[in-house]
Amino acid sequence: MADQDPLPETVSVALTGSGGAGVVTAGQMLLESAAGAGYYGLMGRSSGPQIRGGESAAFLRLSPQPVANFGDVFDIMIAFDWMNVDRFAAEIPLDGHSLVLCDPDAGAVPEVIAKSGARLAEVPLKATTKDIPGGRINMVGLGTVAALIGVPEEILNETLTRILGRKGEGAVTAGLAAARAGLALAGSLEAPCRLAAAGGGGDAERWNVSGNEGIGLGAIRGGVRFVAAYPITPATDALEWLAPNLENVGGHLVQAEDELASVNMIIGASFGGVPSLTATSGPGLALMMESVGLAVAAEVPIVVVDVMRGGPSTGIPTKSEQSDLNVAVYGCHGDAPHVVTAANSVVDCLFTGQWSVHLAESLQCPVIVLSDQSLGQSRAVVDRPADLAFVGQRETAAAPAAEYRRYAVTASGVSPASVPGTPGGEFVADGLEHNPRGTPSSMAEDHLMQLEKRQRKVTGFDYGDHWAAIDGSGELAVITWGSSTGPAREACRRAAQRGLATRLVSIRLLAPAQGEKFAAAMAGVKRALVVEQTHSQQFYRYLRAHYDLPDDLQVCHHPGPLPIRPGEITERLINWS
Amino acid sequence: MDTTAAAEPLTAKDYKSDYKPVWCPGCGDFGVLSAVTKALSALGLRREEVAIISGIGCSSRLPAYTSAYGFHGVHGRALAVAAGLKLARPELTVLVAGGDGDGFSIGGNHFMHACRRNVDLTYLVMDNQVYGMTKGQASPTTAPEWEGSKLTPHGTGINPFVPLAVALAAGANFIARGFSGDPNGLAKLIVDAVRHPGLSFVHILSPCTTYRPEQKDWKALVGDAGVEPTTDPGRAGKRLMSDDGFRVGVLYYGNRPPYAEPPAARSSLEAIEQAFAV
Repeated sequence: MADQDPLPETVSVALTGSGGAGVVTAGQMLLESAAGAGYYGLMGRSSGPQIRGGESAAFLRLSPQPVANFGDVFDIMIAFDWMNVDRFAAEIPLDGHSLVLCDPDAGAVPEVIAKSGARLAEVPLKATTKDIPGGRINMVGLGTVAALIGVPEEILNETLTRILGRKGEGAVTAGLAAARAGLALAGSLEAPCRLAAAGGGGDAERWNVSGNEGIGLGAIRGGVRFVAAYPITPATDALEWLAPNLENVGGHLVQAEDELASVNMIIGASFGGVPSLTATSGPGLALMMESVGLAVAAEVPIVVVDVMRGGPSTGIPTKSEQSDLNVAVYGCHGDAPHVVTAANSVVDCLFTGQWSVHLAESLQCPVIVLSDQSLGQSRAVVDRPADLAFVGQRETAAAPAAEYRRYAVTASGVSPASVPGTPGGEFVADGLEHNPRGTPSSMAEDHLMQLEKRQRKVTGFDYGDHWAAIDGSGELAVITWGSSTGPAREACRRAAQRGLATRLVSIRLLAPAQGEKFAAAMAGVKRALVVEQTHSQQFYRYLRAHYDLPDDLQVCHHPGPLPIRPGEITERLINWS
Repeated sequence: MDTTAAAEPLTAKDYKSDYKPVWCPGCGDFGVLSAVTKALSALGLRREEVAIISGIGCSSRLPAYTSAYGFHGVHGRALAVAAGLKLARPELTVLVAGGDGDGFSIGGNHFMHACRRNVDLTYLVMDNQVYGMTKGQASPTTAPEWEGSKLTPHGTGINPFVPLAVALAAGANFIARGFSGDPNGLAKLIVDAVRHPGLSFVHILSPCTTYRPEQKDWKALVGDAGVEPTTDPGRAGKRLMSDDGFRVGVLYYGNRPPYAEPPAARSSLEAIEQAFAV
């Protein structure tokens, strides 16, 4: 596999251990240290359902180049203990080139790891930790891995001092001592690969941001000042980021009693003129769909973020899947035109979040934003995202005429909205079909007129180039969306190294479908590979329903929690049959 | 803003729309509409300062029959819409209107949590112990032995919901019972409810002449509670659990502070973004 890797200077590391071992903390410190040394990086996490004591893993990929997926095989795995490692061993592919660091005090190496063919090296993590007052095993392991891959010691120490400093001087002293001891353990080990020298970002600012934080920041940048939501994995950390930061800018987050209340609270706040958002995951979105239809009918802008996880039902709450596409696009009863967007990377959560607020406010309709666990709960070190011009701008009726008609039929389909407090603009927003004035009506003529108006405003809008990310112009297209974009893009690069030109089309605007733009993007394409992380090929079926596709078409798909890997896509592209 | 009519007080009639109600002749909800418009007039509020939020059912049609801002949403979620509106726009006067099915059955969870949350809203529930809009099924407040519906031919067999006691236990800050047959008395209760901070709950006996014609007798059964409103939840609880369901008046004044309004901005977008810098 290594010979296909277009980023040979890239290093991937998996840290595993039981829930209390501090795996995620160590991973974050490694990411921050690498960032401090001028590297880009990506860190994901996987955990079991237990709150404490369950299994947990942090996945990192570090590089002098930007990173948007976890590659095919981990170069280094470090196990603080072997607790339940079999539950996520499939998520940590290893091969003969991988190095697994194991602690002799943790017992025998589990069969599932041993049979991978990876090189095993014993490091006495627990014994070393014992000799350090206040020392923790994760800091020892962090020191070992950092030294092994070439993160400079002084930068690791700076990071530890800054982060542990919040816990007091004792924590810093113990952490530094533990990391130093871990570093010494690395001396006798031979690393499978080390980080190439970082080019350094010069003075350019870099950010360390998670997808869930990115969505939150995009929302605030776009003008959202009211959020109501109910806790749900893996969306909760977006809400926990939003609660204090909304207050920072004079906004407000309400923890609602359930998702039915969440979506209706934001409908109420937005009816009051304040751009509003909720974030949830699949089960919550399913509960909200009736009221998404209400926002369609009453023409109230709202943004509903779905950080997808394995479904159906409770499914796999802590792990990723792209299987909410159907409910997001088709989940409303009645003819209910709305917008569905999808972030295609961790940092694109910011762009897509902000753009979605802009779309909701401009179109006075609900926008469902699809992210997923692998984007939302991953952190990326990236170049500072550009400032975007998208700010929610609702066309309002500031001084309504004597016979104000809230649902006036206009050429664009968008009617100036009056907000409560505006004299002369009084109207009743209604989920019942209505006439232009807003008065309930069951007449065929009113129904048709309002259906067409609501359809027109969504389909007639100019979404610009943002509807998709398109790379290359080869005759072999890779069509994908969301978190599958990162591995698909890397697969296209690998194919190019082998002389195969491809074209990546990653759709950011799932609804309404962009027929003409898609046709233009696909001009000259002879073959296409559809890539998605579902069992039932929801994205492929969606494409079939809305777009003209080449006859020679294949689908590369599997359900979560295993991520789509660049190698499996490359294989399909190179060995087309 | 509006300078032309600022000094001119609006009459009850000014708060009525020109849209003809779908209600049956003799429906109690006519009296409630009348009381709401009288109360708004008495409060001296301008139309644009008022929003009336509702769910689904006969009584939830009320917003369209007024000339204030209104929102007629989905079944059971009116309190959530209203809370969002009030928190986003604290200067508005927000009333919530609905029926016993909307508020206590499909919306029961929101009723409980709206009382707990204590956002400054006035919740008017028109209780006729029946689902009228779907043509006469048992509601949460229907007596267990009522056999008037084909859906429950042997009666529901389950105890009716006790709205006032639930509201008290859940933390409502103002609890009153009114009668649609006395629009003037009801209007006074609504005025009190709007003026009282926090979640004010007004339970309104509002007969359904079509599916519960026997409720015409309520007029004779209704009477003044004849007690001073208490601020003691213990006394109020005893009163609410033991009265005959027809005592009208303010039964409980709470003194809990309403849900806190959002604080003023204390930072900036730039400062938030700086936290992401490596």
